Parts: sequence; C-alpha cells; structure tokens
Amino acid sequence: MNDNNKPILELKNVTTHYGPILMLKDVNVEIRPGETVCLLGGNASGKTTTLKTILGMVVPTEGDVILAGDKISGLNTTEIVTKGISMVPENRRLFKRMTVLENLEMGAFIRTGSKGIAEDLERVFELFPRVKERLGQRAGTLSGGEQQMVAIGRALMANPKVLLMDEPSMGLAPFLVQQTFDIIQQINEQGTTVFVVEQNANMALSIANHGYVLQTGRIVLADTAKNLLENKMMRQAYLGEV
Amino acid sequence: MFNNVRLALKLGFYGGIIALFISVIGMVETFDQRNIINGVVSIGLGVLLINVLVIGYQTAARIGKGLVQPGENGKQTARARAIVIGNGSLAGAVVSSWLALLVLVESQINLRSVLINVSPELISLLTFGLETGAGALLLLFLGTLFGGLGAFTFSLPSRVRRPLVAGLMWLAFWGLLSGVIRTTLSEIGIPSVVAKLFVKIEGLTPLGAVIIFLLAIAINLGNQRWREPLIERITLLPPTRQRYFRFGTWALGIILLLALPWIVGRVTSDTLVLVGIYILMGFGLNIVVGKAGLLDLGYVAFFAVGAYSTAILTSADEISAIQISFWAALPIIVIITGIAGLLVGAPVLRMRGDYLAIVTLGFGEIARFIALSDWFKPWLGGAQGVINIPSVALGNFLIVGPQKLYYLILAFALFALFISRRLDKSRVGRAWEAMREDEDVAETMGVNTIYYKLLAFAMGAMIASLGGAVFAVKLSAIFPHSFNVEVSITALSLLIIGGIGSLPGVVVGAFALVGIPELLREFSEYRLLLYGAVLIIMMIVRPEGLVPSTRRARELHEDEAAQDDWLKSETERNIITPAEL
Repeated sequence: MNDNNKPILELKNVTTHYGPILMLKDVNVEIRPGETVCLLGGNASGKTTTLKTILGMVVPTEGDVILAGDKISGLNTTEIVTKGISMVPENRRLFKRMTVLENLEMGAFIRTGSKGIAEDLERVFELFPRVKERLGQRAGTLSGGEQQMVAIGRALMANPKVLLMDEPSMGLAPFLVQQTFDIIQQINEQGTTVFVVEQNANMALSIANHGYVLQTGRIVLADTAKNLLENKMMRQAYLGEV
Repeated sequence: MFNNVRLALKLGFYGGIIALFISVIGMVETFDQRNIINGVVSIGLGVLLINVLVIGYQTAARIGKGLVQPGENGKQTARARAIVIGNGSLAGAVVSSWLALLVLVESQINLRSVLINVSPELISLLTFGLETGAGALLLLFLGTLFGGLGAFTFSLPSRVRRPLVAGLMWLAFWGLLSGVIRTTLSEIGIPSVVAKLFVKIEGLTPLGAVIIFLLAIAINLGNQRWREPLIERITLLPPTRQRYFRFGTWALGIILLLALPWIVGRVTSDTLVLVGIYILMGFGLNIVVGKAGLLDLGYVAFFAVGAYSTAILTSADEISAIQISFWAALPIIVIITGIAGLLVGAPVLRMRGDYLAIVTLGFGEIARFIALSDWFKPWLGGAQGVINIPSVALGNFLIVGPQKLYYLILAFALFALFISRRLDKSRVGRAWEAMREDEDVAETMGVNTIYYKLLAFAMGAMIASLGGAVFAVKLSAIFPHSFNVEVSITALSLLIIGGIGSLPGVVVGAFALVGIPELLREFSEYRLLLYGAVLIIMMIVRPEGLVPSTRRARELHEDEAAQDDWLKSETERNIITPAEL
C-alpha cells in the first residue's frame, strides 16, 4: 500500500538448483509490509521452489533472501520460521491424527509466552468461528473447507511477519476458493503481510497489490495487480481470454 | 442355508490346515509329554482340541449373529440353535477330516522321509492307539462332537457362556504353567504331600483342575454380579472417601509389586527379571518407534552397547582396564550408549520408513559382528565374551539372585515409565508426534527435525542401555551371540502386540511374548513360529494391540468411520451447501 516502505521480504537475484537442475533463475521479488503479493505461474514454473527457498528448505545457489533487512538465506528452516515467516502448505497438510486444537498449538511451536499464544488463538476463533466448535475433533475428519481454515489458523498461530500461502485454491470447490480469498484479504487487512503462490491468477490478482508471473523459473512479468489484470499477454496466457 | 454350510466348510478347511500343520511340524507330539490335566488331556491334544472348539465357536458366531438372540426362548430360537450347532459340528468334522486324512495316507505311504515329524507316536496319538480305520473314525467323531460343543457354547446366553469360557481358559493357562506352579509351591514352603494333590510337574491333577475351573467360574460370576454395583457405590461416596479407595488400590498395587518375587519364588523371579528387561526395552523402543515414528529394527545394538560397557567397566576380568563399581559406571554406560544412539541416528537422518528400517537392521548386526570380531578382541573379548561381571552392591548389601535383582530392574523400569509419561505431555512429545505425521510440515512449524530425531535415538538408546546393564549383571558374563536380531524383533513385536504408543501395552506385551514362552520351556522351539502366528492374528483381529493407547484405538476406528463418511459424502457431494465452510 505504501510503496515508499522498505520491503519486509525480498528475493534478490535468487538462483536455485535441485542438484544439477536449474529451478529458479535470477528471481527478484519485493514484498512490502502490509501488502498482499501474489506469484503466478503454471505447473512446474518454480512457484513452490520459491517458497522452499524462502523457508530455507532449499538453499539458493546465488542471490539472497532478505527478511526485514537481514539476510536469511543459508539459515535453517527452524531459524527462519522463528524470525517470523510461516506457511500454509499446499493441500493444507494438517496433522491429521492430532486434534484441531493440537494443530493450532503446533503452529505456535516456536513461541514462548502463553499470553500471546492465547490471544492469537482468540484471533483465529474470531476469523473462523467454526474452528472453535471443532477443537477436540481429529483434523483428519474435518471437511476440506474446515481443514483449510485450520491450516490458515495454524500458520497464523506463529504470529508471522509474513504469511506464505502455497496454492490456497487447490482442491477446493469454487465457492470455497472465494471464501478462502476473502479470508486472506481479511487477514491482510488486520496487518499481516501475505505472499500467495497461485495458479488461479484471476482470484489471486483480485486481492493482491502486486503480482509476479513466473515461467520456467524466471520472472517474466512484474507489475501492480491492476496493471497485470489489464495486461494483454497476461490476459491471454493466464486469464483465459482468447 | 447354503451360505451357512459354505462358511462352515471354509472355516473347517482353515482349521484343518492349522491342525495338520501343527501336527506335521511336531508340535502335537512334543507337547504330548506334558499334560493340562493329568491322565485326561495332554497339551498336544489340548492344542488340537482348542483349535476345534474355536473353529466351532467361530462358525457359530458368524452364522448365529442374526439368528440366535442370547437369552431368547421359543421355537424359533430352538431351530436357530440347531442350525448353528449343526454347522459347528460340520466345521469340526472338516477340521478332523484333515487329521484323519493324514492318518490314512500315512498308513499307505511312508511320509516320514519328507515330513520327519510324522512319527508312529504321532499317529498312535491321533488314533488314540486304535487301528487306522477305527482311529480315523473316532477322530472324525470327536472333531464333530467338539465342533458342535464349540457352537453350543456360543448359543448359550452370555451370563452362562462367559464364566464357562473363562473357566476353560483358566484351565488351559494354569495347566500349561503347572510345572512352574509346582516349583513355586515347593519354594514357598508348601509341603509336597499337599501340593501333589492339586498339581504335579507334568500337569494339574483332576482335583486341581476342578478347583481351578470352579474358581474361575466363581470369580467371573462374582465379577458380573458385584463389579458394577461396587463401582457405582464408590462413585457415590464423597470425594474424600473416594480418595481412600484410590489410595488403597495404589497401596495394594505397590505392595503386590514389591512382594511379587517372594510370592512367585526364585525360578519365576528369574523370568520376571527377563520380562523386566524387555519392558524396559519396550519403553525405550516406544520412544523411537511409537512416539517419533522412526522404525528401528536394530535396537539390540543399544542393548549390546549397554551390556558391553557395563561388562568392560565393572568386570573383574583382565579385559577390563578400569574396574569401577556398578553405580559409578552407570552414568558412563548411559552416556556411551546415548552417543552410540547419535552415531546410528546421524547417518540415517534423511531416511524414512522402509529404508530406515533396513539400515537400522544392518546396524544391529554390525554391533554383534564388532563384538564377535578378532580385531576388537583385546577390548571386547571376541567370541569368548566378557566374564566375571560382579553383582551390584548397595552399600554393604549385595543384589544377588533373581529375587533381589528384580528390584533393580523394577526401579529402572519405573524410571523409564516416568520419563515416558513425562514426554507424552511435553513439548518434545508434541514435536515428535508432528514429525511422525508430516515431517516437512513439522519443519515449517519450526520443529528442528534433525535435533528431535537424534534426541529420539539417543533417549531410546539410553533406556536400552539400562536393560543391557541389568542383563550383564544378571548373567555375570556376556557373549556376542546373546545380542542377535531376535532381541530387536522381540522388542518390536511386544510393542505391536501390546499396542504401539501404549505404556501398559508394553508390560502386557512383554509378559505375553517373553514371560510365557520363558515359563513354558516346551514352547521355546516354536517360539518364532508362535510370534509370527500371534502377530498375524493380532493384525487381523485387533490391530490396535492388546492394551491400545486410547489415541491409537480412536485413530484406527475413526479411520474406518472417516472412510465411510467419505463414501457417503462422495455420493452426497452435489448437495453440499456454502454453509459447509
């Protein structure tokens, strides 16, 4: 929103390999505090690798990942998570055998200080009243939409500076996708910076401030969401216009 | 009608294969040396008998589910009962026909050149000493009779059936243990003239059998009648009085636990110590497998490291450079084994599931081969092992003999139990659980998976080292061949049979898999066979284990329910409303 702010999360010339295979080439992404930024791209374009690189599950071969001015690439995942990044994984991936409450508590694993945790639990309950009703139930027995809520709630429990979301629309019915994006917007409005990785470009751009388009590991377009929605190439390639 | 007969034939067929199998491998004949009830039924025949009874009962149970309403009377029930018993008899007949077939074939062809256990003794046992034809007929008749009896038992109302089955089970159990009971009785000073009336080394006397049978029935009936009213009355008491009862139960349990070796005598105490060692190992392995979800098939390695470091640190043998007391050595033993746990854990950090199992299996064998090797002989003693391991002294008091050693292993086991209980509710336990469910996601929650995996290996190893230490002291000498893969398999099996993740399950599993075979020396030859059979049956009948942790039982049953729900929701998918979210 305020473009003069320094970016809270920044990928600077990031190149990532899986063994000998080039996954990301010279990726530059800037996310400013309070923004929602989306990264669009088709299958195997490197979206998930970008998230893994941010989280330190893959170490970039070149370039840096910078969080609030500090370089975080090269740190291990635990350290990076502790610095304030959390993720809603693709397909939600709850701890199916734990109860809903235990899942949420797992989200706050890195935190100490029960007061802050209790407050965030209340915040999650406000966002998702349904989750509160299901606290004692095993996560695996929830419906897809409920699992999505718990997954988002779990990530929020870490009280992150930046919330990463890996394909939140995947495997959900259309009306659930709409609801999910409404919630993402709501979370963003409450002050959490959000970085969404999506195939559903229309949906993602409708709530984002900025968008990046990734193609076989390279950023091919970067602009404000508004401009991207009007971009001719974008409309043809991703927004289903002939 | 046709379905019922087909079911009876099918179950009879399976039962027959089991009967044939245990006869042909020599189990029936071996077990014929000992009796359940002297002069009435030997263990060998008893096994066959139980087989037929169970098949008859099962046939009845499957057929009778919708037919017989227990406790209902009238013509309808009489007819249903007739169907059930008829089919049970049929199943029994099919079972015994396999044995009859064996008898007939053996009389024509000499099977012994291939199946060495099909001896004349076995045949005469199966034909009850009669000629081939008459014997086979008698066999068929008895099979039919007992198959029918099994089915009849099912058709009884449950208030009669339960005490009856309990009585038979007690009879079988105590009959099997008669040798042990006899030794125990004479050890605790019951004059042999009296003891002889009830139980002999070879089996129960008929009088003893009747007493045990009646006792079991009495206890079962008493339980049925008074248990629930009693519990109800206790819950109605004011809280302070209730606390007395709880305190009383605890006190009784502790006194029993402390007095146990003196009640059961020396010989059985020896078994108790061994069971205790396995309980300890079960607690340790439960941390690695049950909590952290790392399938370790080489757990024996840590047991061996514990035993060997105990031996080398305390032995009076020349191999031991320093000779320190057990208590001084104990922290060193635990630390050494903990480091061994880290050493095994580190290279397998990136492995999951099957691969991890195979590699750890390898590590278990490596441990044994290192102990065996000539290269390490100057330090580990090679094939001759380490001898002269002194007893543990507590001040001036020497912990000698199984009855005193029991307290040592009891203390260690309680310690391990305490640790396990604490871990359950801790942050560490939660991290392990998350890791077991989804390693990647656990990592994104900030769980340092490397640290927690190594912690699990190290803690499991440390607990196993206590078992190894007691093992070394118990035998006062250790040899490499004691630390083979069977130890790992036993520890894992007892965990599975008791119920993975369940601490009481470990205790029950250890008694079932280590205690009972140890007391029934006749079984030892068939021990692995029985392990396999018990494991398979458990996986089919009760996959959550004998004493499952509530959590796991819930999971297994909820999974089934969830599958049903899923099927349902698949069919109802188009009527889900937005209100679902």
